[in-house]
Amino acid sequence: MKYLLASLFGLFSLFGSVMAQEISPDALVQQVTDDVLTIVRQDKDIQSGDTGKALKLVETKVLPYFDFQRMTALAVGRNWSKATPEQKQRLSEEFKTLLVRTYSNALTSYKDQTISYRPSQIETGETDVIVKTEVRQPGSKPIPLNYALQKQSGGWKVYDVMVSGVSLVTNYRGSFANEVRSNGIAGLIQMLSDRNKKLASANT
Amino acid sequence: MKPPFSRRLAASVCATTLFVASGCATADRDPADPFEGFNRAMFAVNDGLDTVAIKPVAQGYEAVTPLPVKVAVGNFFGNIWDSWTAINNLLQGKGSDALSDVGRVLINSTIGIGGAFDVAGEMGLTKHSEEFGQTLGKWGVPNGPYFYWPLIGPRTTRDTFGWLVDTWYDPVWRIDNVPLRNSLVAVRYTDLRASFLPADKVIEEAAFDKYSYIRDAYLQNRRSAIFDGDPPSPFAEDNYDY
Repeated sequence: MKYLLASLFGLFSLFGSVMAQEISPDALVQQVTDDVLTIVRQDKDIQSGDTGKALKLVETKVLPYFDFQRMTALAVGRNWSKATPEQKQRLSEEFKTLLVRTYSNALTSYKDQTISYRPSQIETGETDVIVKTEVRQPGSKPIPLNYALQKQSGGWKVYDVMVSGVSLVTNYRGSFANEVRSNGIAGLIQMLSDRNKKLASANT
Repeated sequence: MKPPFSRRLAASVCATTLFVASGCATADRDPADPFEGFNRAMFAVNDGLDTVAIKPVAQGYEAVTPLPVKVAVGNFFGNIWDSWTAINNLLQGKGSDALSDVGRVLINSTIGIGGAFDVAGEMGLTKHSEEFGQTLGKWGVPNGPYFYWPLIGPRTTRDTFGWLVDTWYDPVWRIDNVPLRNSLVAVRYTDLRASFLPADKVIEEAAFDKYSYIRDAYLQNRRSAIFDGDPPSPFAEDNYDY
């Protein structure tokens, strides 16, 4: 029975990724955003700061559309080639945990914002695009929120998020490079995992 | 109760290591930030000031002010700024944007009751945000060294100069009635600080070094603003094998 469920589940996720391949990158961003916000709007726990619940939501709804290996490579920059395959794996895992937590926390401060989708001209055959959205809030100017996506065999994957022109990925370059310079790749892994442990114990 | 000696020792070793580590960090400094030592000191001053005074006031303001009032406050100061945005758009050669900004000021100051309501926005006249630093950037003036100033926070040399010109123009600073002027400046500053409150927690959790995280974000944000949100990709020259 368990196997049956597992294989059914596998089939569904396979089906899901085939579906994702068909969908255009801007439609994908819109669909995922709408899905997440619909849930957040109805969930009083998340609105009152339940990070754990927000984490679950992000893990199930958002994570499948992100390429964390690429995000990590871009954040680590030149030093990425110095890492062994295992280290690359560890780095990506830790960086993913950190970004997911940051993102989930941002969701818990969601209030009355709406997202508007700016028209993006995507040529057919393009494999690397930026999808532009805006977070609108009454009384303040809209905050541009852009996603960089790449077409991969499993469909479009997000590899960078830019808030007001600030890339979540490149903004780590300086501190990552500093850490690698003083303590090597192993030091960087340690730094990320220490932070993740601290954050995990702080709000559970 | 005092912590046991071993713990205190560990803590002081930690603090020393941190101090030495930050000393190392300044040794191979960012070329954009040649005055990192001064800036870090100012950053610490501001951070302290923020923790004891500015942030609590902003939190209080956030807690007691109903949303419609906050929106009206934001719109009111935004409307004052729109006239300066119009001038800067004109200086940058963006005539149609400038015209739209003038339209916004005219509509919002009248139908929008002194700017309290963004009627023009509802009508489809998009709000822009320009100041003199962006205009200088558009004209090709380079950033120059980065500074972290007390109270006003991060500014490159170019944007510090831009900020001085902005302040010279600023209609609020030109009000003759000093108590009124000061109140308006205080409310505007508080409203601005309150708008950053949700970002505080994110930075606290995401940044390994708050100072450089804010500096790098500021520099990226300015670059994007000068290109009106469409800067060339930062990854253009990257080709990592991953």
